[in-house]
Amino acid sequence: MSANTLAKGSETIPLWRDERVLKFTAQIISTVVLLGFVGWMLVNFIEITNQRGMTLTFRFLKEPAGFPISESSIPYNPTMSFGTAFLVGLLNTVRVSVIGIVFATLLGLLVGLARLSTNVLLSQIALWFIEFHRNIPLLVLLFLWYFAFFNRLPPVKDSYTLPGPIYMNQRGLYLAWPRLTETGGVFIVSVIIAIILAVIAWNFLRRIRETTGKSTYFGAVSLGIMILVPAIGWLASGGSPLYLDIPILQGFNYRGGLRWTPEFTALLVGLTTYTASFIAEVIRGGIQAVSRGQVEAARAVGLDNLQMLNLIIIPQAMRVIIPPLISQYLNLTKNSSLALAIGYQELFAVGKITINQAGRPVPVFIMVMVTYLAMSLLTALALNLYNRRIQFVER
Amino acid sequence: MAVFVEEIRPPNPPGPITWLRQNLFSTWYNAILTIFSLVIIYFTLLGLIRWIFTTADWRPVTISPLLFLVGQYPRPELWRPGLSLLLTSFLIGLSWGVWGSFIQPFAIFLGGLLGILALIPLETPTITLGVRAVFLANPALIFLGYLLGKTQAVRGRYVTALWLLAFILIVAVLLPGTKTIGFLPRVSTTSWGGLLITLLLAVGSITLSLPIGVLLALGRRTSLPVVKVFSILFIELIRGVPLITILFMFSIILALFLPAESRIDRVLRALIGMTIFSAAYTAENVRGGLQAVPPGQVEAAKAVGLNNFQITTFIVLPQALRAVIPAMVGQFISLFKDTTLVYIVGINELLGIGKSILSSNPAYVRLQAEVYIFIAVVFWIFSYFMSLASRQLEKALGVGER
Repeated sequence: MSANTLAKGSETIPLWRDERVLKFTAQIISTVVLLGFVGWMLVNFIEITNQRGMTLTFRFLKEPAGFPISESSIPYNPTMSFGTAFLVGLLNTVRVSVIGIVFATLLGLLVGLARLSTNVLLSQIALWFIEFHRNIPLLVLLFLWYFAFFNRLPPVKDSYTLPGPIYMNQRGLYLAWPRLTETGGVFIVSVIIAIILAVIAWNFLRRIRETTGKSTYFGAVSLGIMILVPAIGWLASGGSPLYLDIPILQGFNYRGGLRWTPEFTALLVGLTTYTASFIAEVIRGGIQAVSRGQVEAARAVGLDNLQMLNLIIIPQAMRVIIPPLISQYLNLTKNSSLALAIGYQELFAVGKITINQAGRPVPVFIMVMVTYLAMSLLTALALNLYNRRIQFVER
Repeated sequence: MAVFVEEIRPPNPPGPITWLRQNLFSTWYNAILTIFSLVIIYFTLLGLIRWIFTTADWRPVTISPLLFLVGQYPRPELWRPGLSLLLTSFLIGLSWGVWGSFIQPFAIFLGGLLGILALIPLETPTITLGVRAVFLANPALIFLGYLLGKTQAVRGRYVTALWLLAFILIVAVLLPGTKTIGFLPRVSTTSWGGLLITLLLAVGSITLSLPIGVLLALGRRTSLPVVKVFSILFIELIRGVPLITILFMFSIILALFLPAESRIDRVLRALIGMTIFSAAYTAENVRGGLQAVPPGQVEAAKAVGLNNFQITTFIVLPQALRAVIPAMVGQFISLFKDTTLVYIVGINELLGIGKSILSSNPAYVRLQAEVYIFIAVVFWIFSYFMSLASRQLEKALGVGER
């Protein structure tokens, strides 16, 4: 009797307590609220754009931009289109990000290792470098580097000279730079071939070693390829594929070499030191995450210091280091948008001028945001793939 | 038969010279590193000290300290930010008494700082005796709050409620003023500035972002597809773009999507932008906390007959939020530093004030380093003490010790 009522009761759950009904209703309500909100914004938008005669098209991208961009990796002048200007901005972002990432990684590695040093003084210097940069806003750091240093450098005739030679003056940084001669193409091709061959040889020989256990000297063979093939390319190009372009003072300015503007240099230095202090902490954390037992075990089986570092510590530390490291790279790329405040014209700064010039805020914003999003998502994708590859094999 | 008992003693603590030899000069390359470090430290300190006390000209900083604190806030109405500060000090003291160790470094730091500010010998007409008295009253109020908080009568939840109440009072009534109350005339946000805006934006956006972030984190884990997809899209979209683009979006684009007659205050727009930005990061922090709650907890809660809502509010969230407090403090510090970005959309926070002081007098053009270093030091001190407090908090909560 009682069992019967229980069964009957469970058959007729009231609607407001049936989980499926509740979930379905919640879905409907949230959809309606969301769509309603978006719809309301769209209606407002259409009304306002109609009033002001704006249309949501990207056709303006073909119109001439009409504003100069102070530095560009591709040929650009104000008569070219908004689209080209946007591309110039994007390339400027990529340029400062890539160089910044390389420098920040090197400096971060150095500081992180110094932080781990048993030498108390060195470790303290690294600590204060990190503490200084982590606790001040990046924008203040950039202002310090730009307005208080690079923008206040002496005129050309009183340039500071650093070893290199590197000349620093109010027009920027002039550094010696290797450039290709007419026959340099041959050499570059040989370097590319060498890299491809070396990677193939490394993977192939390493797989043989992992499956058969025989030593195949994959490291030595790859290194040999990397030296031998470019050497052949060097000879084939007639012996001088590259020459060093050294800046020389001519009249009132330096000619030749590579010039970095004060804006670019300040941004690069600021981003590098700021990110390096975060990377240093990532690297320190990663190395400390390798448990002491691993080191002791490595010593017990008789590995020497180099082998221990190569085979035991680095592979395990890398698992911990890579994900936050990549997210620091992404942060650096996003932070490069602060260049707007010191006048280096990257993606966001060009976007902002375009808004003023073309009077089309929404399409420009969509383009800028989608570009940043694409960079983030691509990085996230690469990170996930990498993570999947290096995951511990559970036994 | 003689038994030889070898006495084992702990080694004698090394003398200073032995310590030096063992730590700094153990090998030849260690010795090189030591000498190299000493040279760096010597020249950095020497250069810095010499610059601070001789070369540097601190006039732009000392000429009007009030500008850095409150911006152009009308001087006759200065008692309002002053009262807000006193109220905050009292509540910090109260929290120190109730929650103890992890508020302690920050409370002592704030009291000490304001005490020093009150007594600093600066010959500027703007710092009147009244201003100094307000500063000096803060350490006293912190201590009073501490004593009161230590008594049994004050409970944690009262203090939380008081914080919320005081926050609303300060932000909605005291600082902006109202039309209806005679002695509180309206003060437009365009004249707010300096540290006042910096702190308001940081505290405001982290507070407002917490509930939104919790909802988004729950939304990301729910089984409702619409809510889930929306949460994921929102979080990834915001996290994928720089803060400055979001601030610009809210300062330029937002107006295009609202009814034509509506106008949102500039500071409020920045606050919304920062809140939205912070909410996405909060959501990811909270998600980490949610994942850290063992599934057994949910199963046990189901077994004792709680419904989904009860499980989330009484079982899962308290544990998850406790686990993410240190991460939230870290996020607060980075948000505090990120408030400098609102300078770019034309709000005079600390950095903006510095810029406008520099451009106010042609003689200051050469004094950029002084102003920016001063601002950097202000941010540095605040961030450093907050991260110190966060480390204490981690110890107190025992996070990462299990």
